[in-house]
Amino acid sequence: MTSLTAKDKDRVKTFWAKVSGKVEDIGSEAMARMLIVYPQTKTYFAHWKDVSPFSPSAKKHGITVMGGVAFAVTKIDDLKAGLLNLSELHAFTLRVDPANFKIMSHCIMVVMANMFPEDFTPQIHVAMDKFLSALALALAEKYR
Amino acid sequence: MVEWTDFERATIADIFSKMEYEVIGPAALSRCLVVYPWTQRYFGNFGNLYNAAAIIGNPMVAKHGTTILHGLDRAVKNMDNIKSEYAELSVLHSEKLHVDPDNFKLLSDCLTIVISAKLGKEFNGEVQAAFQKFLAVVVNSLGRQYH
Repeated sequence: MTSLTAKDKDRVKTFWAKVSGKVEDIGSEAMARMLIVYPQTKTYFAHWKDVSPFSPSAKKHGITVMGGVAFAVTKIDDLKAGLLNLSELHAFTLRVDPANFKIMSHCIMVVMANMFPEDFTPQIHVAMDKFLSALALALAEKYR
Repeated sequence: MVEWTDFERATIADIFSKMEYEVIGPAALSRCLVVYPWTQRYFGNFGNLYNAAAIIGNPMVAKHGTTILHGLDRAVKNMDNIKSEYAELSVLHSEKLHVDPDNFKLLSDCLTIVISAKLGKEFNGEVQAAFQKFLAVVVNSLGRQYH
């Protein structure tokens, strides 16, 4: 959609600083919710022994995904270039349908609101939504 | 016919039994207008929507948010017949209000986030699933009479 304004980036970075201590919790919680609320996403993890939402694999994967988001925050000024390698990974190896990026983004924001109700204001919400959308777009860059 | 588990019925009844309509309704609608500004197109006569602060403080937005949230009551009361419950409202939204049905999903996403913030730990994955399923059925019913 639209590119991030200076204000958007500022808001994302400020909110990120607030939540940086809980990034792993956010990740595993978002992952669990995604598997519960959108069971079709489990199809990507058929190779796990245990696809249950709070399994060690799911927890670890949530942390991995959120680590990617954290990385993207550091590349917020040029997501396309910064996420090139991750995009190639998702395009050629993982081949995750980009519709799922939207689903994961939604779950991440539900968790952010849940864990930081006072801080996840409408203004922060719109900045974060824009950022996660831009991130998803950068991730899908190499798909075709 | 939508199949509801006992857990889903109990969850929806519980959430709405303690719903603070005058807080949650305005919060959800104002959030929708801030996060998805194109939705403001339906509220041209609501006065000042120039920025987030104005939207959040706007009394017409607040009143309408409460109205919309109460609109969910009929679905809560009759979960086995949501489609027919909303047939009239669907026609209204299509023929008179001309609301793009995609907007219903945007509002329901904002409502989910507001409820998540309000309920905290209680709003776990299973509760979220039940709540989103409920909203999805309502959204689907509201879009049903469009042609």
